Amino acid sequence: MGAEFLTVSIEEEGSGAGGYGKEMSAAFIEAEMALFAQQCREVDIVITTALIPGKVAPQLITEEMVKGMRPGSVIVDLAAEAGGNCAVTKPDAVVVHHGVTVIGFVDLPSRLAPTASQLYGTNLLHLLAEMGGGTAFRIDQENPIVRGAIVVHDGTVLWPPPRIIPPTKPAAAASKPVVAAPKAGGHGAPASSGGKTQAIAMTVAFLVLAVIGAVAPRELVSHLTVFVLACFVGWQVVWNVTPALHTPLMSVTNAISGIILVGGMLQISGPISSPVTILSAVAVLLATINIAGGFLVTQRMLRMFQK
Amino acid sequence: MSLALIPVGLSTALYLIAGILFILSLGGLSAQSSARRGNTFGMAGMLIALVITAAASVDSYGVLIVALAIGGSIGTVLAKRVQMTAMPELVAMLHSFVGAAAVLVGIASYLGAKVFLSSAEATIHEIEIFLGVFIGAITFTGSIIAFGKLRGAIRSKPLLLPGRHWLNLAAIAGSLVLGFIFIGAEGHAGLWALLVMTFAACLLGVHLVMAIGGADMPVVVSMLNSYSGWAAAAAGFMLDNDLLIITGALVGSSGAILSYIMCRAMNRSFVSVILGGFGADEGAAPAKSASGEPQGEVTPITAADTATLLEEAKSVVIVPGYGMAVAQAQYALYEIAQHLKKRDTLVRFAIHPVAGRLPGHMNVLLAEAKVPYDIVLEMEEVNEDFPSTDVVLVIGANDIVNPGALDDPSSPIYGMPVLEVWKAEKTIVMKRSMASGYAGVENPLFFKENTRMLFGDAKKNVDAILTELRSNAAMAAA
Repeated sequence: MGAEFLTVSIEEEGSGAGGYGKEMSAAFIEAEMALFAQQCREVDIVITTALIPGKVAPQLITEEMVKGMRPGSVIVDLAAEAGGNCAVTKPDAVVVHHGVTVIGFVDLPSRLAPTASQLYGTNLLHLLAEMGGGTAFRIDQENPIVRGAIVVHDGTVLWPPPRIIPPTKPAAAASKPVVAAPKAGGHGAPASSGGKTQAIAMTVAFLVLAVIGAVAPRELVSHLTVFVLACFVGWQVVWNVTPALHTPLMSVTNAISGIILVGGMLQISGPISSPVTILSAVAVLLATINIAGGFLVTQRMLRMFQK
Repeated sequence: MSLALIPVGLSTALYLIAGILFILSLGGLSAQSSARRGNTFGMAGMLIALVITAAASVDSYGVLIVALAIGGSIGTVLAKRVQMTAMPELVAMLHSFVGAAAVLVGIASYLGAKVFLSSAEATIHEIEIFLGVFIGAITFTGSIIAFGKLRGAIRSKPLLLPGRHWLNLAAIAGSLVLGFIFIGAEGHAGLWALLVMTFAACLLGVHLVMAIGGADMPVVVSMLNSYSGWAAAAAGFMLDNDLLIITGALVGSSGAILSYIMCRAMNRSFVSVILGGFGADEGAAPAKSASGEPQGEVTPITAADTATLLEEAKSVVIVPGYGMAVAQAQYALYEIAQHLKKRDTLVRFAIHPVAGRLPGHMNVLLAEAKVPYDIVLEMEEVNEDFPSTDVVLVIGANDIVNPGALDDPSSPIYGMPVLEVWKAEKTIVMKRSMASGYAGVENPLFFKENTRMLFGDAKKNVDAILTELRSNAAMAAA
């Protein structure tokens, strides 16, 4: 069914010692009462349980509010023993007021046991029915409900049960990783929101690109075009690389990232003692190590792979 | 500035060809059959880029040739000498070179700046320099630390300084402030801000990787791979060079995808890896509570009995981990495989994505031992075959065969996809001792009824099994 907290639109520290409430300010109570009045018009069942230790229970549901409720509604006043949270509560009795049933039993805790037993019994009955009932009783380990309840079977400890794999899980080998961005974490976001997130992300990306395009110099935009397209190409190409060749992939990308050599070369032509030339020369040297080392070690590795 | 031997249009076209060749070189890696051709494409692309740049934009060749010669010979020696087990270190080292080169190119580009037409262009150029140097510096020092951790020179346990996230944030915020000062400065007056930021980014790189534990190194190396690409792309922006941009983007996305694949294989989110701290104190509490449960009797086995089991089996799967490579047992292991194959036993190797210390590392190590790649299977391919497998040989692997990852919610590695070896008829685990794996997690596999433990040095045990198999075969023949 689900439940949610309603918040009173006012802030105040309300927790008294031991987790019980203390009395709040007048402004807070006013806001609170307004909220209750509104809720009473909307809901069918109200359960109240407000108690303040050593005091008469606060009156939260006024007669006005009860009148505001729809006929046939129910109020369960768990605070009936201490006077009740509802103005019309009669301790230890069920009264009908303006078509609203107000339950004021003071022995509700002791009435709980039979209901709980009944609930539990019904559950067990259905579990046994699931297992074949009295006629076809069988411990079916393939049944996830039964399997989840088994601790020991035939002397073997079967706990904990295997994880139940959701049937929507895509086959890892066949997963065609199109443009789905790597989603870290995976905290069980609903599947339907995936497409929505992607759509939003793409829209934002397009807007950002459009803004850059509008304000940036033409040269930057054309570089950006190349960059984004190359990212996409890289994304597609690399997903197709067989996992067995991931190490050669790394070493070959090592080699081609040595292309930064070009950056050094473009600036190497000054006088030999100028800082620019020296820095560029060192950059070229380092990049060349990458190029030579990367390509040669890749070649060495790939030669090892034989059928 | 250039000899103007070559018209701009031609050099642009040749750069484009080089870019296409790089794309083809990555595309070639989609299958073993085309991989070597791909590598050749890459070399051709690089050669074209080098020659065209030298012809179009370089005036004095002396320095260039010296730098190329030195760099080329160092690279060649590295490539020839590196042990395949040390590939992660080499890759990390090469990342640091790209990072360093990006920093140097960026600073040089600032010092040798041309006159710009508009102040907007100058500002954009300075932003590009600043960003390029920032990424380059993080890549540089981060890779050095990764190198040190992989080599064992720096302890692999994560270094967790108090308030480390704040330290990182402070470094980033400080860099931003410096960035504004840098862009606002006239002429070359902003140099100090650039250099201070470089220093701050270097510290940030060190700190980021120091905080990450040894078990997460495959992700870190992939991530730095990505960073090195972005650094190159940023250099392309600042130098108005599309080839650098294309290549940087290719490398950047490649590294990003590899990081993603590694994270998925470990069931870790990228952010939590980057923030660090796994495999240390945080993992200790749940590991302890889990360690109480699977305690039970382990059933040891001898090498001779293992050999007998292997001889009786019709289908064998070998699961290697990094421990196998450390013990250099892959050669003898393949001899066992060949021996069994002669007896018409179906022998295959099963590789978990994070076996080894680099994506695809284990495949290379097996290939080095001449294991044909068509009997080396990926996790997805082999997992469904385990129920019909007679004997599984787990050697030097632990976390990647841990059933707790599937059924023990309290396990720190819960949710990580693993090789389901326990579904086989018999599983033999070769292990030095009962110590826990890289991630520091107990493994209930060892206590399973159909698991046998073969304790001792992996290499010695594999040799012993091989000797048994051979003497049995000789006896049968005689």
